[in-house]
Amino acid sequence: MADVLLPTTLAELVAARADDPTAMLLAGGTDLMVAVNAGWTAPRSVIALRRVDELAGVRVEGDEVVVGAGTTYRRLLAPDVAPLVPALAQAARTVGSPQIRAAGTIGGNIGTASPAGDTLPVLVAAGATVALAGPDGARSLPAADVFAGVKRTALAPGEVVTGVRLPRPAGPQAYRKVGVRNAMVIAVASVALVVDAERRRVGVGLGSVGPVPLPAPEASAFAVTAIDWDAGRLHDPGATARFGELVAAASSPIDDHRSTAAYRRHAVGVMAARALRDAFPAVPGTEESAA
Amino acid sequence: MSDPYRLTVNGEERAVEDAWLGESLLHVLRERLDLPGAKGGCEQGECGSCSVRVDGELVCACLVLAAGAVGSEITTVEGLQPERGDFTDVQQAFVDEGAVQCGFCTPGLVMAVHALLDEVPEPSEVEVREAISGNLCRCTGYGRVLAAVDAAVAVRRAGVPR
Repeated sequence: MADVLLPTTLAELVAARADDPTAMLLAGGTDLMVAVNAGWTAPRSVIALRRVDELAGVRVEGDEVVVGAGTTYRRLLAPDVAPLVPALAQAARTVGSPQIRAAGTIGGNIGTASPAGDTLPVLVAAGATVALAGPDGARSLPAADVFAGVKRTALAPGEVVTGVRLPRPAGPQAYRKVGVRNAMVIAVASVALVVDAERRRVGVGLGSVGPVPLPAPEASAFAVTAIDWDAGRLHDPGATARFGELVAAASSPIDDHRSTAAYRRHAVGVMAARALRDAFPAVPGTEESAA
Repeated sequence: MSDPYRLTVNGEERAVEDAWLGESLLHVLRERLDLPGAKGGCEQGECGSCSVRVDGELVCACLVLAAGAVGSEITTVEGLQPERGDFTDVQQAFVDEGAVQCGFCTPGLVMAVHALLDEVPEPSEVEVREAISGNLCRCTGYGRVLAAVDAAVAVRRAGVPR
């Protein structure tokens, strides 16, 4: 058997995975090749995903946007894609460098399941579902249920991520992240905010403050009541502080080489409060920035 | 050992034999195909000194599995000009502006700047800074590099042939 397979259809991919359960899946390579180069892992066989048609492309289906697992960060930033997935595009912009964004994919981000994966808080905040395919067929899981622990997913053996589905944008969205510089940085802490003004829903996703990307249900519920939905602003601009406190309370960070738990908890609160403030400026049209 | 495979590098079909499956494109270019222009710095996508184009996309060759790049068009710094020894306008601008000191980061920066100017012919300084944010230089700092990009843009705007 060839040691690197390049299937071109999902059926071939699923069959190849069933044939060789130990084969490593290669998407953009930005995680796997780091491990291979460092000698942490030595692949015996590899299934490369880049030629699988069904994993490519971003399309609108009714009220949803479907993003193929093979979509690169660079593609998420493209002018024809970013308006469909504003917070995902913002998150993608913060990933690595142009070189990394041209290679890395959203499917790879999900499969690696790093607590710091930049797209993952967005998926949680947006209430996205992750589409999977395996020997027993296709299924989908809510994004929040995909992540089982640090770098562990709930995928069954032989399953692959085929894409994600998000509601079409219907309100302000934001992704905020802190790190030591503006590029080439793994998030110290991050916050995604996805507001759906039609359904009157506020989604929050937190990165790098727990073993998995976390929702903040109490903060979300509070924000729904704090927003004057008809006027498109907050009843009381001071509500952003309470929102930040509730987000910080939802976090579950640790001390590690990148930061401290205390800083991370503080940072997600501040970022969340600012994101809500900018989503609902006291005087409309005075957003600090679009990013 | 992996099965033999062929890569298309700078327009030429090159055979790769007796390679280990996990070899990066960077390793294969440098150690098997006699193309040492891409440099091995961090081997984790941080430094950009191994930047190459794969199907037109600027990527770190260290993060590309060589055996998985079969069927792709690969361009290295050696492939920017048909004759070895010739400079592109960007390379000449690096020389003219003193944007080269030890030279280790230079091939990667040249690849990154070409990729930028292919897409954005007259970039703002912020766009230049973002475009080279994945390329580390520890000698000159980035001021000379920014000046070189400006110089290359000026040369192209003036329509001077490359």
